[in-house]
Amino acid sequence: METIQSDVVIIGAGGAGLRAAIALAEADPSLRIALLSKVYPMRSHTCAAEGGAAGVIKGDDSLDLHFGDTVGGGDWLCDQDAVEFFINEAPKELTQLEHWGCPWSREKDGAVGVRPFGGMKMKRTWFAADKTGFHLLHTLFQTSLKYESIRRFDEVFTTDLLVSDGRVQGCCAIEMRTGEMLQFQAPAVIICSGGAGRIFPFTTNGAIKTGDGMALAYRAGVPLKDMEFVQYHPTGLPGTGILLTEGCRGEGGVLRNKDDYRYLQDYGMGPETPLGETVLKTMELGPRDRLSQAFWHEDKAGNTIPTKWGNCVYLDMRHLGEEKINERLPFVRELAKSYVGVDMVTDMVPIRPVVHYMMGGIHTDINAATPMPGLFAAGECACVSINGANRLGSNSLTELLVFGRRAAESAIAYLNGAQKPAVDTAAADRQAAEAEGRIHALFDRKDGGETIAGIRDAMADSMESGAGIYRSEELLKDTTATLADLRKRQTGIALKDKSKVFNTELTQTLELSCMLDVAQAVAVSAFERKESRGSHQRLDHTERDDTTYLKHSMAQYRGEDAPAIDYLDVVITKSQPGVRDYSGAKS
Amino acid sequence: MSRKPYVREVPKATWYMRNGRYLRYMAREVTCIFLALYMAGLTIGLVRLMQGPDKWETYLAGVSSTPAVIFHLIAFGFACYHAKSWFDVTPKAMRIPQGNDFVPGRIIVGTHYGIWGGVSLVALVLMGVL
Amino acid sequence: MSERQITFEVLRYNPETDDKPWVQTYAVPCQEEWVVLDAINYIKDHLDTSLSYRWSCHMAVCGSCGMMVNGEPTLSCKAFLRDYKGNTIRVEPLTHFPIERDLVVVLDDFMEKLTSVKPYIIPKKEKPVEEGEYKQTPRQLKNYKQYTMCINCMLCYAACPQYGLNDEFIGPAALALTHRYNLDSRDGGRSQRQEVVAQHEGVWECSFVGACSEVCPKDVDPAGAIQQMKIASTVDWYLEHLMPWRGK
Repeated sequence: METIQSDVVIIGAGGAGLRAAIALAEADPSLRIALLSKVYPMRSHTCAAEGGAAGVIKGDDSLDLHFGDTVGGGDWLCDQDAVEFFINEAPKELTQLEHWGCPWSREKDGAVGVRPFGGMKMKRTWFAADKTGFHLLHTLFQTSLKYESIRRFDEVFTTDLLVSDGRVQGCCAIEMRTGEMLQFQAPAVIICSGGAGRIFPFTTNGAIKTGDGMALAYRAGVPLKDMEFVQYHPTGLPGTGILLTEGCRGEGGVLRNKDDYRYLQDYGMGPETPLGETVLKTMELGPRDRLSQAFWHEDKAGNTIPTKWGNCVYLDMRHLGEEKINERLPFVRELAKSYVGVDMVTDMVPIRPVVHYMMGGIHTDINAATPMPGLFAAGECACVSINGANRLGSNSLTELLVFGRRAAESAIAYLNGAQKPAVDTAAADRQAAEAEGRIHALFDRKDGGETIAGIRDAMADSMESGAGIYRSEELLKDTTATLADLRKRQTGIALKDKSKVFNTELTQTLELSCMLDVAQAVAVSAFERKESRGSHQRLDHTERDDTTYLKHSMAQYRGEDAPAIDYLDVVITKSQPGVRDYSGAKS
Repeated sequence: MSRKPYVREVPKATWYMRNGRYLRYMAREVTCIFLALYMAGLTIGLVRLMQGPDKWETYLAGVSSTPAVIFHLIAFGFACYHAKSWFDVTPKAMRIPQGNDFVPGRIIVGTHYGIWGGVSLVALVLMGVL
Repeated sequence: MSERQITFEVLRYNPETDDKPWVQTYAVPCQEEWVVLDAINYIKDHLDTSLSYRWSCHMAVCGSCGMMVNGEPTLSCKAFLRDYKGNTIRVEPLTHFPIERDLVVVLDDFMEKLTSVKPYIIPKKEKPVEEGEYKQTPRQLKNYKQYTMCINCMLCYAACPQYGLNDEFIGPAALALTHRYNLDSRDGGRSQRQEVVAQHEGVWECSFVGACSEVCPKDVDPAGAIQQMKIASTVDWYLEHLMPWRGK
């Protein structure tokens, strides 16, 4: 087995991983950086983000306003010290990206332009038309090519963290093109592996978002925090789950039910705003959790439109006109045309809520450090937490920049700390050999009649029915039982593909096992949280309960058993929990 | 090492037979042979003109023969094809700013045709045809 | 929903057991709104778990799933079955690239070439982040924006006959991205990139077949970028030789 010695290993080369790698390379060119990705960096799912990245830049906006929107949007489950740090750093990071060449959309005078976004009191979302994540990712990736100290390992699939003496010491990974195991020895590891939307059947997330990094940390003993908070994006294309950016509503798009009625006014987000006029933080510019929940109620009331892909409501953009749509939203126009055959210039687009983002993730502190020395995490796989119970659109692209860099700085501080951490090579070798043995054993499994697709679909359907937009004890009981059963049954999957080169049956099997672990953490955390807060809505506990649950849930891995759930206090500095008011009446 | 990437060789002599797109490209390139032959014929004509009226008359008789007329018709057809295929791609090479956008491709192509037509007209007038 | 039975002829190659690629056929019950990738996923899930290919976003932005569909370089997530008449569709790995396995090709060559053209801002003068953003008017943005849209899907390399004949050619996508940075008002690195661009394997290897631009799923128009760079390089050459006093 080949061993690669590094100072820092980064697992995942999307926005957060690339930002961390560049920060490391800039801070100290002598650092040996290994940047691992199970795909090529530019395939990372950051590329699918459309709408924008939030950062206070305009004179009429303020850091306090961004803070208030974020904390209120998160239903007061955000750690406020982390939010404050995030908001302070946001404009610097976005400007840094501008210096690296990101093609931000501009105002007439050449200044960076901003657009309105849901739940934001001010226009503060920087955007590159409707392909912001794509441009952000490619800008970072291309910039990373400048640094020779960033050694990329593309298409390697990380299987295990190496841990001894309570510290992380590296990881091992399958090089997909050879099928050989590689051992990466490093005193510091940063996980930036993204979310796990694929545990649900209907998601905006790409095939690669299977929660691998979350599972790596979780199995190594690091808790997963706030996993019950799963964001549904209100405007996904039916069938494929392709995202239509919140920018659609930011630019003036409205939602209508089968009677052409703008139903959001019935769900605490009214009164109705004039067509074509965007009024911030109300109606269509309410937060994602509220909009998705409103759809659920409309559907129950029979006000949705049946389509061959399931029930939908309409996103109406017609009043914006062709010119504005082409300038601001060319990609979504193309997507809607291609995938549902509707031109938004002339027709309303059928849409429905779709799983989009995991607020929860690997537990880290404000420094992006996990409780395990040497292990850091940033981006969607991590939970800092700045997103609380519901993330505001356009905070996550900024988050991966701010905390990607932060993770790098923390890793450097750790490497240079008083006790210079060193790798116990003997222990690492032993663990890597064991990991390799486990992979080999997968090929010898007996056929129990199970298939990857069968178990995956059963998991996803069970998540949708029990841990969807609305949940209850009864529904979650079923889901947790199903997941526990599926985790056992997965050992009955026999690999038919025995080859080493680019064996995607093998990687799918590994991904499935990660997804099952993460799904179980979601379902059990949701079962234990007996209140409704942000994106976590319980039919049997409909109110927010600050006395008991103004706390982060912490799912602790317990092998074959379901996770244990503990709680951790939320950091509150200046904003006491209040009412989330998205009615337009006050303003 | 279990890797053994397989390289599919491209046939060096017949690569352009692989699809219509390449064939159209080859047609564009091949038509220039006829243009070159036409130019060669024209150059011979100029030399004959310098050599005196007799030589010139012989030359004129030569180009009036049926095979020469056929050749010129073919060359003219190819010249048109060559011009069109190049005019069609000119907007790619020429991007002319106009406000916050670029001059539309059809205007660039149209201008080329316009200039072509104009020059041809002048030539025909000078030759006394019009 | 109506179903349509389509036979997929898929080029298979397993380096551990095969000397050369071979065609395997699969009968797939397809939904009318499917794309080719959906059918391939169906094969992977239900018919043959050993088929290897790349995919992720299913929305034509990650660039993973480029394949030859009926001989044409195509993003399989954007290849709607309704656009294919007949009951047989042939799927092969992108041509001009070595086959790693099945529909997976080797991309090392592109990654090296992309790095060689320095695809990042080389500022005219360093400006600290504290001084804020560079001003860039919508007009200046428009100047290069089209060339930022490249998703590195490699369809253009599979379409380019010159790359097929000479793999030393830097190729359409890498050159379009070079042009993108050269045209950016924040950049001052053109002369550094010219070493690679102006050499024979740079823009001059291109014979303007234009196939790259025709297959590009994002309308990047690499062929246009390359012709513009040829013109700029020619102007450079004349200026250098006619006015040597100008310097670089």
